[in-house]
Amino acid sequence: MKKLVLSSLIILIGLTFIGRLSYLQLFRFSPDQIFDDPAIKVVYDYPERGYIYDRDGELLVANQPAYDVMVIPREVEPLDTLEFCSLLGIDRERFVSQLKKARVYSPRLPSVMVPQLSKEDYAGLQEKMRKYKGFYIEKRSLRDYKTNAAANVLGYISEVNEWDLKNNPYYEQGELTGRTGIEKQYEEVLRGRKGVKMIQKDRFNREIGPYKDGALDTMPQPGTEIRITLDKTLQEYGERLMNGKRGGIVAIEPETGEILALISGPTYDPALLVGRERSRNYSTLHYDTISKPTWDRAILAQPSPGSPFKTLNALVALQEGVITPETSFRCYHGFYVGNKLRGCHCGGGLRTMNSGIYKSCNAYFAGTFRKFYDSYETTDAAMDVWEKHMKSFGLGDFLGYDLPTGAKGRVPDKEYYDRVYGDGRWSSTYIISNAIGQGEVAATPIQLANMTAAIANRGWFYTPHLIKQIGGDDISDPKFTQKHYTTIDPQHFDPVIRGMADVYEKGTAKWLSIPGVKIAGKTGTVENYTKIDGVRTQLTDHSLFVAFAPVDNPKIALAVYIEHGYYGARYAGHIASLLIEKYLKGEITRTDLEKRMLEKTLEKEYAKPYSGEEFEINEYVW
Amino acid sequence: MSGSSVLRRVDWLTVFLFLTLIAIGWVNIYSSTFNEEHSSIFDVTQRYGKQLVFILLSFGLIPLIMALEANFYERFSSVFYVGALALLLGLFLFGKNIAGATSWYDLGFFNFQPSELAKATTALALAKYLSDIQTDIKRRKDQLYALLIILIPALLIIPQPDPGSALVFFSLVFVLFREGLPLWYLGLAVAAILVFICTLMFGTVWVGIGLALMIILFFMVKKPTYKMPVLPLVAIYAGAIILSLSVNFVFENVFEQRHRDRFSLWLRLEKDPEKLEQIRKTIGYNTYQSEKAIESGGFFGKGFLEGTRTKGDFVPEQDTDYIFTTVGEEWGFVGTATVVILFTILLLRLVHLSERQKNPFSRMYGYGVISILLIHYFINIGMVIGVLPTIGIPLPFFSYGGSGLIGFTILLFIFLRLDANRLKEWS
Repeated sequence: MKKLVLSSLIILIGLTFIGRLSYLQLFRFSPDQIFDDPAIKVVYDYPERGYIYDRDGELLVANQPAYDVMVIPREVEPLDTLEFCSLLGIDRERFVSQLKKARVYSPRLPSVMVPQLSKEDYAGLQEKMRKYKGFYIEKRSLRDYKTNAAANVLGYISEVNEWDLKNNPYYEQGELTGRTGIEKQYEEVLRGRKGVKMIQKDRFNREIGPYKDGALDTMPQPGTEIRITLDKTLQEYGERLMNGKRGGIVAIEPETGEILALISGPTYDPALLVGRERSRNYSTLHYDTISKPTWDRAILAQPSPGSPFKTLNALVALQEGVITPETSFRCYHGFYVGNKLRGCHCGGGLRTMNSGIYKSCNAYFAGTFRKFYDSYETTDAAMDVWEKHMKSFGLGDFLGYDLPTGAKGRVPDKEYYDRVYGDGRWSSTYIISNAIGQGEVAATPIQLANMTAAIANRGWFYTPHLIKQIGGDDISDPKFTQKHYTTIDPQHFDPVIRGMADVYEKGTAKWLSIPGVKIAGKTGTVENYTKIDGVRTQLTDHSLFVAFAPVDNPKIALAVYIEHGYYGARYAGHIASLLIEKYLKGEITRTDLEKRMLEKTLEKEYAKPYSGEEFEINEYVW
Repeated sequence: MSGSSVLRRVDWLTVFLFLTLIAIGWVNIYSSTFNEEHSSIFDVTQRYGKQLVFILLSFGLIPLIMALEANFYERFSSVFYVGALALLLGLFLFGKNIAGATSWYDLGFFNFQPSELAKATTALALAKYLSDIQTDIKRRKDQLYALLIILIPALLIIPQPDPGSALVFFSLVFVLFREGLPLWYLGLAVAAILVFICTLMFGTVWVGIGLALMIILFFMVKKPTYKMPVLPLVAIYAGAIILSLSVNFVFENVFEQRHRDRFSLWLRLEKDPEKLEQIRKTIGYNTYQSEKAIESGGFFGKGFLEGTRTKGDFVPEQDTDYIFTTVGEEWGFVGTATVVILFTILLLRLVHLSERQKNPFSRMYGYGVISILLIHYFINIGMVIGVLPTIGIPLPFFSYGGSGLIGFTILLFIFLRLDANRLKEWS
């Protein structure tokens, strides 16, 4: 009996093994497992990467040839290291360490020895290459930038790293891939597909001939050119205006959602991240943790939106029928929260919606906000309504534009306040700062620009995007061609827009109007704090501005955010005004304004918190 | 006793299987470690050359083993056992560390691994103890002693660390079951393992429901006259649920990440196919490569020395623990099925031989030999073809390594010597 048990166990194990082996070797076996078969040498034929054009068809990014010196470690024969190193322009230590690294990766597969030689270096090396067995030159195509702007949008390409190799079977050592920006987002479009040639080898690693007579070989598919929505002139001009300033600018064409300019300051010349100097330049940029040139403020900075946010609060109150445009509130050079007075710079007096907006009256919006809240039985109910409206403008979440990074901003909801103050232990006085865009609410410049575009359109927007054409065809991605409607009815926009237009006519930006162009805008002066040696210290206000123009047929909507630029009409207002004029008229009539923006920098302001000394904030003199 | 009678009585089928396995094994070691610059098979700087020396060495041992009296092994089994334990203990002082494990003595011309020898001596000692007229396997105390004989060498080997080899010793409990240890011990252990695995795969709730369903089913099909002991059944059910509840704790807190990874790979606990593929290629790299290599062999294989993956050194440890992949790649399904069949015949033959022993000592030792060979064969091939988690132990007669080959030869031929003596039992 027990003998049978053991014998059956042995037979059962045998059958299990044979079953599994049949599955592996008979069922799963396929004669074409060649891509990962080391006996088949696969040779690639790389297509040229697609060009990138701006919205008007101006070339932004083309290609230039570069040459990688490759090595197959086990084919290397003894050589005159000194001579070879001097040809390659590297020292002996680097040569030895690179070779060792290559050997560790694989003695059999090619590795990059020296990347991206220029055409000149290549010329000298080419004829002597055959002396060095195991080394060869692989031609690659590098980017050639036709603009010194838009580095943050275009992104860059770089050699695939180990993570890429592991996670995407398409790539091989030494190949290039889009790392950030458009280059990453549209990598597969721009890259095309490399051609493949398969060569059969025998066990002595000799090449016998094409595998299966080339039946499985493929031709390379060239990369596709794309046209992006940026306006090269506007982008370049905007970056010049950002000279010495930190911040972000986003300009959108409201009727299409196309991003006309997406500027981050400080920025860098995209050509810095090409070729042999790439990694050194990258380190310099990457390790500048104070001004952070590689950090795209236009889509990643999340300041409080400040006064521009008042426009949305006005819209919500109108939509919910809490106020009419004629409803008035009195400003006592401020407004009371409990018995504490919060200041206001509008001059005081009775304010309606129109003057509330163009004079940016804090008291008016605090009153509106309170009235809105008091019309609901519970703060939770009010908060839900408010949150729904705000989010319909694309705030508080990723917008869904076609860049690989982004930030959510914040629309605080009831859960948020329950977390901060305890369940139900807060009321409208706790959150009144949101009335003037100063509280817990936060938005990226691109969200503010999109919000402005939605106001310009009287209640709808397209998801902002950068892609315009792929290979000559207009985009049809429903993500970018479907309208998103806000929860505000169209008729409520008119009084708000009238107020915004009066900002230029008689309000906070009256010195910035452009002759012959009707603009609607809103200034923002955002208080902000930092920690210096653990002490909460107020810094000079952020300067913020949103605007669109012309009022009746909006062609451009933009948001300008300048870190520590003081009041809204100062830096941000100036830059917004100049950009609108540049875009709509093609030339600048107010050269004094332009000169001031090109020359004034905020370096002194940015140095203050690091000076270690006491400093003044919000200095009025230019 | 004359040498000629031993020659006449030795089981030539087993000898033939032994020689065939060794020959196939060596051919595959040759292929796995083949080097264009050293193609002479006698080149002892190469592993296939060294293995050839080990093979000849173990062949040299065979006449010696056969020449000794059969009851010599029984009589001196305790001495062998203690000697092997001393060798294992000595490792703590004089052991040589190779690849993180202190499992070897450096003898100059080769590294000797005493745990390989301890397998045979433990089987002998266990057989000796169990066959003693005063031992009764039904008694708790004797069960404990028998278990200690198995445990002591295992506990000396674990800290080397070599948990794989230690695991081999536990296979000797099969001998105890053959000799009358109640089978429900085994049933309980198997059930516990099943509960463990099922909990990981389906969760406690489903295990509970499944067990309940099985009990209900049992009540429905049992004969109406059969009285079911209800209380033990409830106890077992409760025990299973408690075990199941503790599984998650053990898995999350006692296991290390690499253990968890091996389990999630083996039982496909990771449901996201992309992540699973990721685990397969990183933690499961060895298994992934060995499966790929075996798979690429197809039905007939790529031919001797034509295994491209073997040649590219894609599978790690391919001449030792993963030697079976070479068979798979170069000889295809034909080769792998042949090896599996050869092992199956060998093991079945040994069962037959053990059962025909008149002397209990010989029979018990025979079962010890089967247990040890079976666990090696089961775990090794199971691991290589991806049906078991990774546990590094060699494939008997195949894997490169002198100690292992010599150890297995001694293990097997002591039994053949005992078997050759079966008609002349007088003691």
